[in-house]
Amino acid sequence: MLAFLIRRLLQSVVVLLVVGAVSFGMFRFIGDPVNNMLGQERTQADIAELRDRLGLDRPVVVQYAVFLRNAVQGDFGTSYRQGRPVSDIIAERAPATLELAAVSGVMALVFGIGLGVITAIKRQSWWSSAIMTLSLVGVSLPTFLIGILLIYVFSVQLEWLPSFGRGETVSLGGWTTGFLTQSGITALILPAITLGLYQMTLIMRIVRSEMLEVLRQDYIRFARARGLRDRSINFRHALKNTLVPVITVTGLQMGSIIAFSIITETVFQWPGLGLLFINAVQFVDIPVMAAYLMLISVLFVSINLVVDLLYFAIDPRLSVEGAKT
Amino acid sequence: MTPPVLSVRNLVVAIPSRAGVSRPVNNISYDIAQGEILGVVGESGAGKSMAGNAVIGLLDRPAHIASGEVWLNGRRIDNLGPEELRRIRGRQIGMVFQDPLTSLNPLLRIGDQLTETIREHLPMTAAQARDRAVAALEEVGIPAAAERLNSYPHEFSGGMRQRVVIALALCAEPSLVIADEPTTALDVSVQAQIIALLKRLCRDRGTAVMLVTHDMGVIAEAADRVAVMYAGRLAELGPVRSVINTPRHPYADGLMGAMPSLAVGQRRLRQIPGAMPRPMNIPSGCAFSPRCPRAADKCRIDPPPTLGDDPKGRAACWFPMEHPA
Repeated sequence: MLAFLIRRLLQSVVVLLVVGAVSFGMFRFIGDPVNNMLGQERTQADIAELRDRLGLDRPVVVQYAVFLRNAVQGDFGTSYRQGRPVSDIIAERAPATLELAAVSGVMALVFGIGLGVITAIKRQSWWSSAIMTLSLVGVSLPTFLIGILLIYVFSVQLEWLPSFGRGETVSLGGWTTGFLTQSGITALILPAITLGLYQMTLIMRIVRSEMLEVLRQDYIRFARARGLRDRSINFRHALKNTLVPVITVTGLQMGSIIAFSIITETVFQWPGLGLLFINAVQFVDIPVMAAYLMLISVLFVSINLVVDLLYFAIDPRLSVEGAKT
Repeated sequence: MTPPVLSVRNLVVAIPSRAGVSRPVNNISYDIAQGEILGVVGESGAGKSMAGNAVIGLLDRPAHIASGEVWLNGRRIDNLGPEELRRIRGRQIGMVFQDPLTSLNPLLRIGDQLTETIREHLPMTAAQARDRAVAALEEVGIPAAAERLNSYPHEFSGGMRQRVVIALALCAEPSLVIADEPTTALDVSVQAQIIALLKRLCRDRGTAVMLVTHDMGVIAEAADRVAVMYAGRLAELGPVRSVINTPRHPYADGLMGAMPSLAVGQRRLRQIPGAMPRPMNIPSGCAFSPRCPRAADKCRIDPPPTLGDDPKGRAACWFPMEHPA
């Protein structure tokens, strides 16, 4: 178990080093930042001075080492566009994305697992087929289209919910939250649905097919033969046995919710990391892009690690096999 | 005289399908008295497992009881609702399945599976249920039972798991146990132990047992009476010694003739020509007539007398075999 954990941590470090190299590579290969930063009226002296200040005149390996050292300390340099430290900009934007991701993630999990279990148990009923058919829409419609449709129906036609922005936010020690104001919560609804709908339908379909598989097993039959209640059979005996594949997919999807909130944030002009990234791409703001890339990879690596650990918590058989190897 | 624990009268199980209705169990009647072990033998597809599942109310749709009655301890149970049937399962009828490797939920500790079943049927606190679970494991011969409560199924061997399954089936002290091929998946050396265990537990408690198997050795070892099934019908029903030594139905006779024995000067094993008809395609008259060496025209036209009509009639046959005393 401990050996497994150490092995996985080492693997994670390797992954992060590779991503770090790619992020660092952007500085080298996507244009010369000095040209972007200094205007037309520049002198050779200015250029040399800036190169020296940014450390661009040193060997590549040294630059990479410096980049990594700073990155580990949370220092990703200065934004070319805004002239402020990248870490400050990200810290300012992160709450918006994290709150949005948390709400859609919880929504996707709760409704996805709930509907998956229900449609598996009552698979003959007409509404179960109706949900399954509707879920195809969720899986196949692109996110931006869902967002635009929601805005059209609920903001333009019905005028119930705002179509963009975060509403009023309250600052709690550097963390701006939209949970505490009514406008913040109403502003959250549409983006959260847009972002979570695909994950929800995906989780639902996986839970359903896994449930159908598990419900055929002998131990479910034996549980029935012992006169256990349906609720216990479905949720205690069956659902737990579906969780390993469900967690694998869900874990990756949770990563995607944060990483690919770009589209949703653009559609709803949500002032989060995704919107920051899109703007950074438009202005070739490489430090911001590099920091975003690193941040997302750290996120994915940690989620994968958590997923692997959850396997052990769920399936006792894995501990035995792990001990043997 | 006390009424039999289980009384099955003219039971018919039907499976409707596009091609018509098949009857894997067709008009069978039998009783099992307190403390009695009734062996049910027959080849694959003869309807023996289906007969057991019908009694406990675990037929998979679209299979259902089309007609006939099932009485348990003087109460009719074939027409009960799902909730009432659930209360009976585990409490009054226990069931042991074929494969102990798949009968236990791999993700739940066996102690949890036991206490859950016990508390479902008996008004007990968690501590009382735990004590009872320990006692149940000790009774089936699991060493260090109190510690083994915390083990998962994969930490037991196949034979030990079948003991756990038996403990689970008997933990609420049912008056009837249906054992569906309880030894088929086990090593030969373990089979005898499991049969001896099942026999001892049921003798001690006066539990009636319906022992479904295709292994005549198991029947000879354990059963008091034996029912031979062929194509969904009872071919012969009688005391185990008489049926084995002096079978009266030609099919039972063929079955006994196909059984190897260790006696010196063993003759060649006989075989029954042909194969059992498929349930959709059962010949008129006696289902065995196409393969029967004694069949006459009458057998191909008129169904043989049903067992139970004549108390002396042991075999459902127009021309039962006579054995000189």
